[in-house]
Amino acid sequence: MRDVAVVGFAQRQMPEFDGSPTCVELLVPLFAECYEQTGWTRRDVGFWCSGSSDYLAGRSFSFVQAVDAIGVIPPVNESHVEMDLAWAMYEAWLKIQTGEVDTALVYAFGKSSAGVLRRTLALQLEPYTMTPLWPDTVSLAGLQARAGIDAGLWDETAMAEVANRSLTDAEKNEWSIRKGGSSVAELLARPVYADPLRKHDCSPVTDGAAALVLAAGDRAREVRDRPAWITGISHYIDPMGMGTRDLTRSPSAQRAGAALDLGGVEVAELHAPFSHQELILRRELGLADDVTINPSGGALTSNPMFSGGGIRVGEAASRIWSGEAGKVLGHATSGPALQQNLVCTMAADVEGAAN
Amino acid sequence: MARTLSAPVTVAFDYTRSTGPVLGRFLTGLRDGVLVAGRTSEGEVVVPPLEFDPVTHQATSDFVEVAPVGTVTSWTWVPEPVKGQPLDRPFAFALVTLDGATRPLLHAVDVSSPEEMSTGMRVRVRWAEERQGAITDIAAFEPDPGGDGVATTAPGTDEPVTGVVTPVALDYNYAASPEESAFYRGLNEGRIVGQRCPACQKVYIPPRSACPADGTPTAEEVELSQTGTVTTFCIVNVPFLGQKITPPYVSAYVLLDGADIAVLHLILGIPAEEVRMGMRVKAVWKPREEWAFSLENIDHFAPTGEPDADYDTYKQHL
Amino acid sequence: MGKQPAAIVGVGQTHHKAKRTDVSMAGLCREAIDRALADAGMGLDDIDAIVVGKAPDLFEGVMMPELFLAEALGAAGKPLLRVHTAGSVGGSTAIVASSLVQAGVHKRVLTVAYEKQSESNAMWALSVPLPFNMPVHAGAGGYFAPHVRSYIRRSNAPTHVGAIVAAKDRNNALKNPYAHLHNEGTTVESVLASQMLWDPIRYDETCPSSDGACALVIVDEDTAAASPNPAWIHGTVMRSEATTAAERDQVNPQASRDAAAALWKQAGITSPIDEIDAAEIYVPFSWFEPMWLESLGFAAEGDGWRLTESGATAMDGRIPVNCSGGVLSSNPIGASGMLRFGEAALQVRGAAGEHQVDGARKALGHAYGGGSQFFAMWVVGSEKPSS
Repeated sequence: MRDVAVVGFAQRQMPEFDGSPTCVELLVPLFAECYEQTGWTRRDVGFWCSGSSDYLAGRSFSFVQAVDAIGVIPPVNESHVEMDLAWAMYEAWLKIQTGEVDTALVYAFGKSSAGVLRRTLALQLEPYTMTPLWPDTVSLAGLQARAGIDAGLWDETAMAEVANRSLTDAEKNEWSIRKGGSSVAELLARPVYADPLRKHDCSPVTDGAAALVLAAGDRAREVRDRPAWITGISHYIDPMGMGTRDLTRSPSAQRAGAALDLGGVEVAELHAPFSHQELILRRELGLADDVTINPSGGALTSNPMFSGGGIRVGEAASRIWSGEAGKVLGHATSGPALQQNLVCTMAADVEGAAN
Repeated sequence: MARTLSAPVTVAFDYTRSTGPVLGRFLTGLRDGVLVAGRTSEGEVVVPPLEFDPVTHQATSDFVEVAPVGTVTSWTWVPEPVKGQPLDRPFAFALVTLDGATRPLLHAVDVSSPEEMSTGMRVRVRWAEERQGAITDIAAFEPDPGGDGVATTAPGTDEPVTGVVTPVALDYNYAASPEESAFYRGLNEGRIVGQRCPACQKVYIPPRSACPADGTPTAEEVELSQTGTVTTFCIVNVPFLGQKITPPYVSAYVLLDGADIAVLHLILGIPAEEVRMGMRVKAVWKPREEWAFSLENIDHFAPTGEPDADYDTYKQHL
Repeated sequence: MGKQPAAIVGVGQTHHKAKRTDVSMAGLCREAIDRALADAGMGLDDIDAIVVGKAPDLFEGVMMPELFLAEALGAAGKPLLRVHTAGSVGGSTAIVASSLVQAGVHKRVLTVAYEKQSESNAMWALSVPLPFNMPVHAGAGGYFAPHVRSYIRRSNAPTHVGAIVAAKDRNNALKNPYAHLHNEGTTVESVLASQMLWDPIRYDETCPSSDGACALVIVDEDTAAASPNPAWIHGTVMRSEATTAAERDQVNPQASRDAAAALWKQAGITSPIDEIDAAEIYVPFSWFEPMWLESLGFAAEGDGWRLTESGATAMDGRIPVNCSGGVLSSNPIGASGMLRFGEAALQVRGAAGEHQVDGARKALGHAYGGGSQFFAMWVVGSEKPSS
């Protein structure tokens, strides 16, 4: 395996973007930030890959205009996944592993606020016997949260602890759209919304975009003193059926973590759009109590669809660049109730940089 | 003035789904007022049946009938139902393990407050008044004792269900980019406004959030001529769903004088078979009172009567 | 470190039809997958990872359908990727799947692409009305017809060349049991007599709307050793440009020319027409055969139609194109590109049945999408690449 590092990261998050769902307008300054961080121009980028969804935009081929933001004369080596940024990054990492290219810029975008997000996402479900009932995202998460509460695996206090820590940490993140921790008692005193969930147990509807830059070997060392070397990247999917899987578990997250060496991880950015999902992920990944979780405030405070997972990788990588941590973990999820999961470990030390 | 123009749009289609034999069997059961489960190779009894066995990957072929009554294994309250959900007032979504099944089914429970819900409670199917072979044939579950869960009306047919129609209607608020908004605002004033790319100097219509050659937003406003040249075109003879213009009509790329990219529009005022590459045309506007923020303010382009442009003047735009 | 060798050892496809009302989406995909696995002598449990491709989700009205399909496709507990690059997606998906093997990450990868067009209406899904805009286009035909006119003007091609392509591909399809259209007795004259839909494109010069799927099993060198006839990957390429740009060449896009040049270089090919024995080129409207022949370097600029007119692209010609009947005979959009890639593999494996080109050793699979802006191509060969 080639040594590949995350060397650039830029993001935009907001409650309501008043521009076009193509998000070209958001991407232009993101790419400019990536060029500034790397000292590159677009011609230094060997491969491009993006992630987005036509159903967020409400039209077919909503991703095609995004390539304008790159400037595609001459044409580029480019691909697109109908998935989160983290999986676009995975495709780019593969491309670099084949030896075809040494560098990549991956990006994702989504205007969640264009429609009613929790309803739009009902179209992700099995279309014959689930979608016709329009089960919304919050309801599916509520079923999952209750299953864990009933099984004694967590309780509303544990969920409020996650929310309070996230809201407190979000105060330091200029991009978080919900912030301001108080106390577990105060959070528990707030009304229950979708029983058993309170509003702060659910991520807010967020618009946004993000970009990550990958580079191999010396190309990475040229960019940063402390590149975030990808020491492992792994992803799996579970069946969708809400009735056939144990909702208190996420076997795909467990498998993705088990495929990597998580020993020594100091910071973990977990893509948990609902508070109880962080508790599931910590358990499935076997993270020790001294691992710092979601210092960015996490997806619970800001979760732009299709970039929310990749942002976790970028936030984790930035802790390596800054010297705050020597080994970090970024996680992304997709599908209802933690159906699909990706885990990426990064380290300042290139030793052991292999899958 | 808002930074950008926006307007609501609904994306709606009634999808015609073919179910295949396994889901067809389940939906046929619903139409007939019975619940059909599938038995997996590991002995799990699953409603709806899985199309393919999770272990052997073979199509499910072992079906069993289960009871219309069961036990809630998890539930969540829906305080603000969204369009299309089984009930338009607050209700619960629940996982219900029907008697005879080993895995729960997702559906709605019709109660008036979360206080009436609990894990372990017994619920019964309340059938829809008319059943047609869809998951919505179960109107909802209700606490037991409620009805007896027995379907009263007989199905009108014994043909197996092989398809289901699923209406999907999504409401969006569609916003234009700032550059497009400038273009549509110009049209609302009877002007055709392009913008020049600061890098390559090309004039774009409509203006762009990124010049596709350079990745730079177009900026300097350029008011374009209302006349131009047809670069290429096609004659549309085919009717299609959602079409607003009756065929045959000519859809053409018109390169407005002063622009570096052609815009797609209609050519009228001349028989379709007489439209030519290189033909000179001018914008014909709708009456002013019909104007909106739309390219449709220009009703069509019509011949100016000038001699055709020489091929060499527009061949680089093909 | 270079790419690890990779080979296609299983190819499967559905019987393509206007409406496959007998199957669900999962059933459609499994029909192709089960054939590909049987061809490869494998079962789903032998597969390490799955890559799914399809065109816009609005076609079937399911957002990211690979999520609900995961279990039926045997992907539960495995890595799954979903690619979407417009009409080129079937090709791009095969390339992403091959990169999993070429990167040395997995040994046995299954890839499947599908479209179930009968669940909705493609013209609707592609032209959902947007506020402020004006719906001038009339589906894909309306989009591409002006560019066909430009090609005819630019190359001075006789206007019956498109009909030659359509008659050839429709007759080739008679030799392909999986093809959607089996129109006996199609001739140049009958094509010319069919209704003009999007002038200059006639009804018989357009692709059908199909339900269908295609699946491939792509494996590493060790696994391929067990196959009697692996199709080795000699080169893969993807290139993209903008839908609309000032002075963009929409007849012979630069992304297409760049992609072809990069592909031939990777595959060590200096004279495509002499070294490629069969080509499966994405031709949804007849005229795109001569257009792509030029862009791909099989003919000089302006001479593509001469190659077609001479009969060189017929099954017994110098460069047989779309022996399977091509997109003109089957068009499950998301799968159409993978069908091109898979048919190329069948040719070099000597497994194309009645539409086999005798002794084919190197073949091209080609797909394009969007407004002629996304390109995906591969070259496969009966021999392992030397480098």
